[in-house]
Amino acid sequence: MSSSQTFFVRSEMVPEQAPPRSNRGIGAWLRANLFSTPLNSLASLIGIVVVGWVIWNVLQFTVFNAVFSDPEGLRGAACRPTEIGREVGACWIFIQARINFFIYGFYPAAETWRVNVMMLLGAILLVLLLVPKVPYKRVNAVLFFVVYPVVAFILMGGGVFGLPQVPTEQWGGLSLTLIISLLGIICSLPLGILLALGRQSSLPVIKSFCIGFIELWRAVPLITVLFMASVMFPLFMPQGVNIDNLLRAIVGIILFESAYMAEVVRGGLQALPRGQSEAASALGLNKLKSTMLIILPQALKHAIPGIVNTFIALFKDTSLVSIIGIFELLNTVRAANADSANWGAPTTAITGYLFAGAVFWIFCFSISRYSIWMEDRLNTGHKR
Amino acid sequence: MTDTASVTTGRSIDRSQMAVSQTDVAIDIVDMHKWFGDFHVLRDIDLRVMRGERIVIAGPSGSGKSTLIRCINRLEEHQQGKIIVNGTELTSDLKRVDEVRREVGMVFQHFNLFPHLTVLQNLTLAPIWVRGTPKAQAEEAAMTYLERVKIPEQALKYPGQLSGGQQQRVAIARSLCMNPRIMLFDEPTSALDPEMVKEVLDVMISLAEEGMTMICVTHEMGFARQVANRVVFMDQGQIIEENEPEGFFSNPQHERTKLFLSQILH
Repeated sequence: MSSSQTFFVRSEMVPEQAPPRSNRGIGAWLRANLFSTPLNSLASLIGIVVVGWVIWNVLQFTVFNAVFSDPEGLRGAACRPTEIGREVGACWIFIQARINFFIYGFYPAAETWRVNVMMLLGAILLVLLLVPKVPYKRVNAVLFFVVYPVVAFILMGGGVFGLPQVPTEQWGGLSLTLIISLLGIICSLPLGILLALGRQSSLPVIKSFCIGFIELWRAVPLITVLFMASVMFPLFMPQGVNIDNLLRAIVGIILFESAYMAEVVRGGLQALPRGQSEAASALGLNKLKSTMLIILPQALKHAIPGIVNTFIALFKDTSLVSIIGIFELLNTVRAANADSANWGAPTTAITGYLFAGAVFWIFCFSISRYSIWMEDRLNTGHKR
Repeated sequence: MTDTASVTTGRSIDRSQMAVSQTDVAIDIVDMHKWFGDFHVLRDIDLRVMRGERIVIAGPSGSGKSTLIRCINRLEEHQQGKIIVNGTELTSDLKRVDEVRREVGMVFQHFNLFPHLTVLQNLTLAPIWVRGTPKAQAEEAAMTYLERVKIPEQALKYPGQLSGGQQQRVAIARSLCMNPRIMLFDEPTSALDPEMVKEVLDVMISLAEEGMTMICVTHEMGFARQVANRVVFMDQGQIIEENEPEGFFSNPQHERTKLFLSQILH
């Protein structure tokens, strides 16, 4: 800067201005995203036609040609083209007729109020727990994680307080799907966290146990696990010891999913810079406190997408228990479809699976949206 | 705490409280060696720091400066020799390690604030969970320290919303909340934008003026000249030269020191 000549000095700062008009509005968006070049315009038009065609056909099947009611009571005949003389889409009266079976399975009709109470209680407690604005989170958590399972079990199983006993073989339908997946989700996360932490332990015994556990369970198909739980496990038990088939299946699912969960959580742990635990140590926090207060909250936040992924997979995997004779939602649909004497119409099966698919989709999509909302909420704008 | 906090650079430093104890040893490192695997990273380290002393450790990168101060609160383990901090010898005994860490604050190059906690929570975490201080009291103390580092208005923000200089000042305040008797600084200004270095150095200077025992690994030679009692120069895991700042800068003895100074002082 020894030169005495100055080339340029700004005398006035430039005020902020709005962007040019061509960058704003629907027209600009269409131009930028759909019709930027002739080739893109063509591709967009083809895309619009294909999407329109698909939507039209879906509407045809599920709405315009569908059977929504049957004046003569709910009969399979109402869904046969030969009977009603037109093309038949979805047979919704089939769902109407069998909805109790899809929700309660073989649960005695007189006792289904118990299932309703259980589901309602669960829904209320879950909402209270998941909505951050609601106070008393600790009380809620104890109610949901400790008290509720006991209450739910008493309600469902009965045998006390004058409630007639209902063996687990009669449980079924959507309510059973929810029981299995909720138990799976609630138990596999803490187990997975413990396994992930154990895998990073400096104690060789704990470390090798966790690695062994994870690698064993992850390498086996879930169906094999369920078969083992259902068929092989009883053979190893001493005479007279009989553990409930459903319980065995649930434990199998929990252990299986916890292995996956462990690896997801480990991914979150590895995303943390070493400086975090060093700073915690430097402040005098011991290993346990540093893990609980510094490491896990951050690692779990990083791992939310993976954790939710596993939750959703678990929710859908519950349908595999049908293979060992448990009537969760999909299995009840399949069983109802097989009733060809009453419901032998061409579209009943498809309607049943559409229904099951829609129910699964609603639950999984809700989980997904909630997790995305949670991620946004927990985002503290930190990247380092 | 007299009010000497009119923090500006180039100001004269208030030395009234900066007396160095002649008898009270804060840190004593005797014949210490450390290896990373086969690599002999620290060799024959002898360093005695008196209470109230301010030491600057300088040296080329890879010379072991950071490793040395990380040994003082046992973020790194040494394999040979002794390190005695506030009269407690560091061994594999975790109780002693915790004891030392409670009394030794550390400030890192990359701040290492806890991003999931607000600034205030960052400051109160250790007092609450390590010292068992009641929350209200911890928060009150935290606000005092935030005022000292001149960012009380940021208390409820998250670290990710602050500038680098502000984050480093929060990190210093976080250490101070534990009332440490010794502060370690590991290149506290190296990751900062040039315009933010001064605000962090100002805080460090005001700490020095209050008589804090400090060990700083830093390339800020201006700070070393102004504040340090002693400059320790390291290379290849060894202490090459030790001198008071005046002599260190004007009359370096070792060839390596001369080379280093000629590289960094233009």
